[in-house]
Amino acid sequence: MNWLITLFTSTLGRKLLMALTGLFLILFLAVHLIGNLQLLKDDGGRAFNVYAEFMSTNPLIQIVSKGNFFFILLHIFISIVLTIKNRQARGTDRYAVTSGKSSIWSSRNMGILGTIVLVFLVVHLKHFWAEMHFGDMPKVTYDGTEYRDIYSLVAQWFAVPWYVALYVFCMAAVGFHLWHGFASSFQTLGLNHPKYNGIINFLGKTFSVVVPALFAWIPINMFFF
Amino acid sequence: MKITLKVWRQKDANSKGAFKTYEHSHVSQDMSFLEMLDVLNNELVQKGEESIAFDHDCREGICGMCSLYINGRPHGPLQTTTCQLHMRSFKDGETITIEPWRAKAFPVVKDLVVDRSAFDRIQRAGGYVSVNTGGVPDANEIAIPKKIADEAFDAATCIGCGACVAACKNASAMLFVSAKVSQFALLPQGQPERKERVEKMVAQMDDEGFGACTNTKACEAECPKGISVANIARMNREYFSAITSSYEVMAKGGGD
Ligand code: HEM
Ligand code: SF4
Ligand code: FES
Repeated sequence: MNWLITLFTSTLGRKLLMALTGLFLILFLAVHLIGNLQLLKDDGGRAFNVYAEFMSTNPLIQIVSKGNFFFILLHIFISIVLTIKNRQARGTDRYAVTSGKSSIWSSRNMGILGTIVLVFLVVHLKHFWAEMHFGDMPKVTYDGTEYRDIYSLVAQWFAVPWYVALYVFCMAAVGFHLWHGFASSFQTLGLNHPKYNGIINFLGKTFSVVVPALFAWIPINMFFF
Repeated sequence: MKITLKVWRQKDANSKGAFKTYEHSHVSQDMSFLEMLDVLNNELVQKGEESIAFDHDCREGICGMCSLYINGRPHGPLQTTTCQLHMRSFKDGETITIEPWRAKAFPVVKDLVVDRSAFDRIQRAGGYVSVNTGGVPDANEIAIPKKIADEAFDAATCIGCGACVAACKNASAMLFVSAKVSQFALLPQGQPERKERVEKMVAQMDDEGFGACTNTKACEAECPKGISVANIARMNREYFSAITSSYEVMAKGGGD
């Protein structure tokens, strides 16, 4: 058991957890996006409501969902530990002059970007997830079965200008977080090899632009059209 | 050339330091950065002031002593050592800020001189191979592919200057440690201690108080020897596989 403690309290082990939880969250984002895109279907929200009902009741999904919450909390917890330790490592006197020339901005500001994502997560969970699970939801009936009408709740929030603005801004933060984070997690796992670097970087850049852009497009679309 | 220098002055490890400004008018483009400081120090001594303490030794880019943080970058604007940097890289009239390496594990000794013995302790923890006694082996007895020999050699060119720590926003020493781990992990001679080496060196690195890597790659961009972050990925692989499969672990770090 000792070696496990050594591993997970070492700098390398902490980064290992960051990378694994980060990659899981990336997968989660992809699945979440596929669900959200159904909001754009011109069916008065039926497809989205059916999908949301399935996601919030299926027992298997509930287990994955618990895991997802755990991984987000772990990701955040370790990011706080790392950020504090990394600041301490610099010492009491800090540099008077620093230059940003030797690294990209997002790589130096993962903490700030992550905090924006966290603020978003809290707002987002409160408005949608908590309402869906504990709130008093309006109901709709399709083919004789009753569903909670999460679509109209989403549509209601996506008509509020500040909410749409916040949503789009936070998706940009997710994009920047992943612009560095996606490829970074593979480097942390030790996967840095000329045979794979090209594809990892390509996938990372594409994912970090396309996925947040599509997420952001949904409220923009519902707000203006 | 005329330049203005803002230099960190600190009496000793226990005193508080501060910047002091110097106008320096006897500068030629052809001087190296250290020669420029030599001239300034001569003038200071003539005026009866204390000269600026800075580290240097070989002045030919191989010892790694010349640790100056110049205008926000280790070793200044070029990817080289400070002794190989020349005043032609600066503009006439420019203000140049010189600071010591900043890391908890590299305490300031005086002015711009820092104590880098943390690196020595990491090396002592595992940066060696066992040498066997017996007859003299034939040259080239152990076959090593050219590509692997090159990789190991590239890692071995690390001069322990500490620019990677200085450049890193987290004062992480992973580029240095990974170079030292890789150099032996790649070669047959390094196999007997392969697992315990990486475990001990990483443990010592953490004990010294260096930060964790965020993969910003600032180290690679500033390393005068061009050590690649591919070594960090290798160190991670070595570490994860060692700690999950080694038999005996004495990962407390072997240094003092
Ligand atoms: C959808 C949500 C998120 C995803 C997909 C995600 C993904 C990632 C990935 C892939 C990495 C790279 C790991 C590595 O370098 O090995 C990372 C790093 C990081 N994340 Fe997140 N993250 C998310 C949310 C957050 C949140 C909410 C926070 C903080 C409050 C956060 C803080 C950080 C920090 C500080 C790092 C850098 C750690 C370091 O290398 O020092 N992330 N993230
Ligand atoms: S890895 Fe490069 S920057 Fe770091 S100590 Fe070695 S030579 Fe210096
Ligand atoms: S003085 Fe030896 S490397 Fe600069």
